[in-house]
Amino acid sequence: MRGRARFAFGMLAFGYAFLYLPIALVIVYSFNESRLVTVWSGFSLKWWHALFANEAMLEAAWLSLRIALVSATGAALLGLAAGYALVRAPRFPGRTLFGSLVVAPMVMPEVVMGISMLLLFVGSERLFGGPDRGFLTIAIAHTTFSIAFVAIVVQSRLADFDRALEEAAMDLGATPWVTFRTITLPLIAPAVGSGWLLAFTLSLDDLILTQFVAGAQSQTLPMRVYSSVRLGVDPQINVLATIVVTIAACALILSGWLTRRKA
Amino acid sequence: MRFVIGLPFLWLGIFFLLPCLLVLAISLGTYAPDSVPPVELGFSFKSFALLFSDDLYLAAWLSSLRIAATSTLVALLLGYPMAYAIARAAPNRRPLLLMLVVLPFWTSFLIRIYAWMGLLADNGLIEQFLRWSGLASNPGTILGTEWAVHLGIVYAYLPFMVLPLYATLEKLDDSLLEAAADLGAKPFAAFLTVTLPLSLPGIVAGCLLVFIPAVGEFVIPDLLGGTETLMIGKVLWDEFFTNGDWPLASAVAVCLLVLLVGPIALFQRNQARSLERRT
Repeated sequence: MRGRARFAFGMLAFGYAFLYLPIALVIVYSFNESRLVTVWSGFSLKWWHALFANEAMLEAAWLSLRIALVSATGAALLGLAAGYALVRAPRFPGRTLFGSLVVAPMVMPEVVMGISMLLLFVGSERLFGGPDRGFLTIAIAHTTFSIAFVAIVVQSRLADFDRALEEAAMDLGATPWVTFRTITLPLIAPAVGSGWLLAFTLSLDDLILTQFVAGAQSQTLPMRVYSSVRLGVDPQINVLATIVVTIAACALILSGWLTRRKA
Repeated sequence: MRFVIGLPFLWLGIFFLLPCLLVLAISLGTYAPDSVPPVELGFSFKSFALLFSDDLYLAAWLSSLRIAATSTLVALLLGYPMAYAIARAAPNRRPLLLMLVVLPFWTSFLIRIYAWMGLLADNGLIEQFLRWSGLASNPGTILGTEWAVHLGIVYAYLPFMVLPLYATLEKLDDSLLEAAADLGAKPFAAFLTVTLPLSLPGIVAGCLLVFIPAVGEFVIPDLLGGTETLMIGKVLWDEFFTNGDWPLASAVAVCLLVLLVGPIALFQRNQARSLERRT
């Protein structure tokens, strides 16, 4: 038992080193004077200044944020409905198809989803003359992709749910809608919230789906980052990485702190 | 209730099912380079025939499967002890340890792959380290090789391996292990006969969560791999964006889906079962 546990904890330490060393180095080199990431040539903030003066990058970040807000909200609503239906409606026509449609986007290769959504938008452009490819098509694609993630969190929260609470409310004369609003929704709200956050992150981060449906005018942040790193290492991307990692760490610490306070 | 079912049903029907059928339709069309979009609808298996007759595509399929499978195995070998250690840690430490596994996932995928570009680059830190430690006297550039692609996949998808493994290992009843020990099982035998079989759902879920996206991966082979690294996601991308051959790209997409139907169905059954067990 002892030896096995020691081995497992050794592997855990190795795993953390493997996960964090590359990120740590990226952060360190965002303060490097030189353009090269192989040589340390002194502390400098010049790449930080360069990034914040990079109009194209800032514009792309703003577009990505707006798309993430819209698509996460859409996915939270649709995912809530889908997860609720899957747990609470045991039988309806097409339920099997519905069940697979909800989860499939999660396991579908992204390149396949990208090409299929682009074909849809090209088709609708030919038939109806719209929508123009850009903000709207990206938001629709991200929403579709993220529904699965919200639905699964909601589903597993509802599976642990004590239905006696709902029955009590109904016995006391609450209508189904009132019961849902006052009992069910508050209890599954944390699940919807974490689903929203997941959808938001996925949308901010998505490259492949976006590249297919974005059209010529719109450039999201990952698209900008991708076209820049394809040409090689760029210290401005190190700066961006430092910012992203800091935000993610703060958000996680905050959410961990909030859940512990509630418990 | 009708509305609750109908709305997501309709949305997914229009924006997911319909597009999939469109891919199928386009894959049966023919390439028409002069029209916009470059497709002539029809019913021809030309693109599929091309896929199966050209050795390049076959090689890409095989190397995608191989790279995904070996990366999944490595991720399992690294992820299992990690999940095991977290599950055995003091209960009040587990959330923090788990959070450390999840945190990279909340940062950008693209940036995490980018992190390796500098490390693996020509004369980069890894190469310098290998030379300094004497592990390899002349390692050569790792960036642009299949090694780098494997490394990138394991790195990017490790959290997906650890999380489901942890979920099953955490629920493991300690008294089972004690019973095995009382009955004379050595620790390793107890692990093989009790812990391992009971964590099988987690192993299946974790492996599929790594394997499925790895097969169709594009970003990792594109940024870390070289010209000789063939992966099917990259082939699809190039056919579509570089060559503009939409029917061929669609045919690749259809084949990729057919190939992954088995693993995906297995994953869904595994998930449904573990959900059932909880209710």
